[in-house]
Amino acid sequence: MIQAFHRFLLLAAASCVVSLAAPPAAVAIGVDRPLPDPALEARARAIHKQLRCLVCQNQSIDDSNADLARDLRVLVRERISLGDSDAEVLDFVVDRYGDWVLLDPPLNVRTFALWLGPAALLLLGAGFAIAVFRPQRRSPEPASDALTPEERARVKALLERDGDAS
Amino acid sequence: MIVEVGHYALILALALSLVQGTFPLIGAQLRYAPWIAMARPVAIVQFGFVAISFAALTHAYVVSDFSVLNVAMNSHSAKPLLYKVSGVWGNHEGSLLLWVLILTLFGATVAAFGGNLPPELRARVLSVQALIGTGFLLFMLLTSNPFERLVPAPTDGQGLNPLLQDPGLAFHPPFLYLGYVGFSMAFSFALAALVEGRVDAAWARWVRPWTLAAWCFLTVGIALGSWWAYYELGWGGFWFWDPVENASFMPWLAGTALLHTAIVVEKRDALKSWTILLAILTFSLSLLGTFLVRSGVLTSVHAFATDPSRGVFILAFLVLVVGGSLTLFAIRAPCLTGGGLFAPVSREGALVLNNLLLTTACATVLLGTLYPLFLDALTGEKVSVGPPYFHATFVPLMVPAVVAAGIGPLLAWKRGDLAGALSRLRLALVFALAVPLATLMFAAKAPMLAVLGTALGTWLVAASIGEFAERVRLFGASPRETWRRAKHLPRAVYGMTIAHAGAGVVILGIVVSVTWETERLQVVQAGESVPVGGYEFTFRGVEDVRGPNYDAVRGIFNVTRDGDLVTVMTPETRIYDTSPQTTTEAAIHPTLTSDLYAVIGDPDGSGGWAARLYHKPLVNWIWLGAILVAAGGIVSLTDRRHRVGAPRRKAGRAGSGTARAARA
Repeated sequence: MIQAFHRFLLLAAASCVVSLAAPPAAVAIGVDRPLPDPALEARARAIHKQLRCLVCQNQSIDDSNADLARDLRVLVRERISLGDSDAEVLDFVVDRYGDWVLLDPPLNVRTFALWLGPAALLLLGAGFAIAVFRPQRRSPEPASDALTPEERARVKALLERDGDAS
Repeated sequence: MIVEVGHYALILALALSLVQGTFPLIGAQLRYAPWIAMARPVAIVQFGFVAISFAALTHAYVVSDFSVLNVAMNSHSAKPLLYKVSGVWGNHEGSLLLWVLILTLFGATVAAFGGNLPPELRARVLSVQALIGTGFLLFMLLTSNPFERLVPAPTDGQGLNPLLQDPGLAFHPPFLYLGYVGFSMAFSFALAALVEGRVDAAWARWVRPWTLAAWCFLTVGIALGSWWAYYELGWGGFWFWDPVENASFMPWLAGTALLHTAIVVEKRDALKSWTILLAILTFSLSLLGTFLVRSGVLTSVHAFATDPSRGVFILAFLVLVVGGSLTLFAIRAPCLTGGGLFAPVSREGALVLNNLLLTTACATVLLGTLYPLFLDALTGEKVSVGPPYFHATFVPLMVPAVVAAGIGPLLAWKRGDLAGALSRLRLALVFALAVPLATLMFAAKAPMLAVLGTALGTWLVAASIGEFAERVRLFGASPRETWRRAKHLPRAVYGMTIAHAGAGVVILGIVVSVTWETERLQVVQAGESVPVGGYEFTFRGVEDVRGPNYDAVRGIFNVTRDGDLVTVMTPETRIYDTSPQTTTEAAIHPTLTSDLYAVIGDPDGSGGWAARLYHKPLVNWIWLGAILVAAGGIVSLTDRRHRVGAPRRKAGRAGSGTARAARA
């Protein structure tokens, strides 16, 4: 389980943080050329955060060093500068790679349970809690639960010792 | 030779765990004292054998014995000693050995120091521990033997992944394991209680320290991992909602719920079956995490199907443990009748709300993590569930939880006074409104979510402190009286205050750093200055550096503020001798209110260097807060109640388990 980060690492290392196939001199941590218009660039960055780096494990293309992620970033900037709306850019990418590329899964038949699950679970849990804990008529206490005189004395002693402690 | 001794010790440990897993359990059932008494010595000796085994593997790593396959695959003679040792658990087989070592260590601790436990309960707890251990030992010996030899031995090893050669990550796994495996104690206690059919305040007091300790370790482990991701991956991110991260986060969420509900069992004798169920679920999630990470199912459902030996074993084990314990629960839980009734607005009510939200959040993380796997396995369709999903589902669940965490401690048991609690927290309310208002007025940009986030974080910190002030009558009593009260307050109360305030600090750190960070990604020339969040980063060039087992390119940045030199930052890119990989070593300059963060990339070929420069306000509060959270747990652990041990149960509890169940 430790592998929490190890596998992440191995995968990240193998495919994302570095590109193994590239010769040592290749660009590992490059910096993209941003779009000249800051507003367009901000839109591009926002879209980058929603797209999956296809060769990584759950990383967005915004924070991946994989070559494929860079290509996709360039593609997004290209579409934006050509005047596409955000939705059009996402559609363009989804047409090519499928829903899998979206880190934010769209609501449809396949993801119905995914998106409605948390709310359903919360309602179910709340309903259960209310049903169980709703104040009910107190049933008569079984005799065996009553305290013996010795226990009473002990409870008294304990209460006095603990004073006002929580 | 030493390696074979280690292997043999592991086999002996398996034999002992079979003994420990059966005789004391049967003995407790038949009330046969000699078999009950077996549990203690066997648990201690079993730990001894696993320790020998672990020492043998560590020795093989330290002396670089490459005739051992595991060492040859994961170590290298030129590695610094620290990473030779941490390499022991930096791989599949060794990490399992560490897992079993910790499992048996906890068992031995119960055996050695559990003198105040009733002998039968202790025997049952140790038996359940041993049964878990049996599964892992079998798994290791059958599919993942760390002592396998390699003939002929290579002249040198293949090296540890460079990304793992880092102090943060060297200590991250042991902490994580201490947490996961620690929850096995809660699990064993839960099963033992189910067999006995008895859960009472004494039981809760025995379980709580274990759960608390495990939870502290897990908190530290997760924080370390997140900190590592922050400085090592070079993107300044600290949490990615990666399935492997989620695997450690789910037991933490469930464990947090367990901690809180155990209080209700202890103080009010209520919520018993739910607490037992949570103990089972928390450990099951630890096992599930192991399955997720170990079986390769995360990488691809199909990879799992083509090489299933390990995965199938873990899956079968998981089904056995989870299915078995839940079946036992279903049979015995009806015996556990709850005690105290309570009104919806009460301490119990607040803790029920806490549990409802935390478990739903946990289930949500589980759903998001497993959904792609199930969809792929069932329909062959692929879907990604990334941070946007978790933000959209997890955050709304946490908002009411944070609000309630501020109020809950001020509510009385059984029937609380919400208006009264709020009026006593009015100062905290003022803070929680003033800080976001100030943010709105003074910050250049203030998205509504960020404003809400600062309000919540401030609220939790202020309400926790306010609640403490209220308890010691900071205002309204003489200083002498306040001091007297502070002295007599149980440590558990201090622990809660610290942990809750720490959680608020974490929230502030996350919200502020994500919202108001400044980021510059650009190619810099020597002599060029880049303004980042009120600071000037002046690039002075690069130099080549030779490390113990790597070559590095080191960028040099002079950081100034208003013309005064603040610091010189030297981020590196390292190329390790044994691997074609490069790693980034971000340079981080922490101040009280922000981190400056610099990463040097590659040359652009014409004299410029790629660089990423960040100013991240309050980002270090994330880990500072996490330390406070864990510290709160430790302070609570030192509570007198735990030190003096749990109260002894009533004498004369003789009788069969069912008879007691009927009485309980």
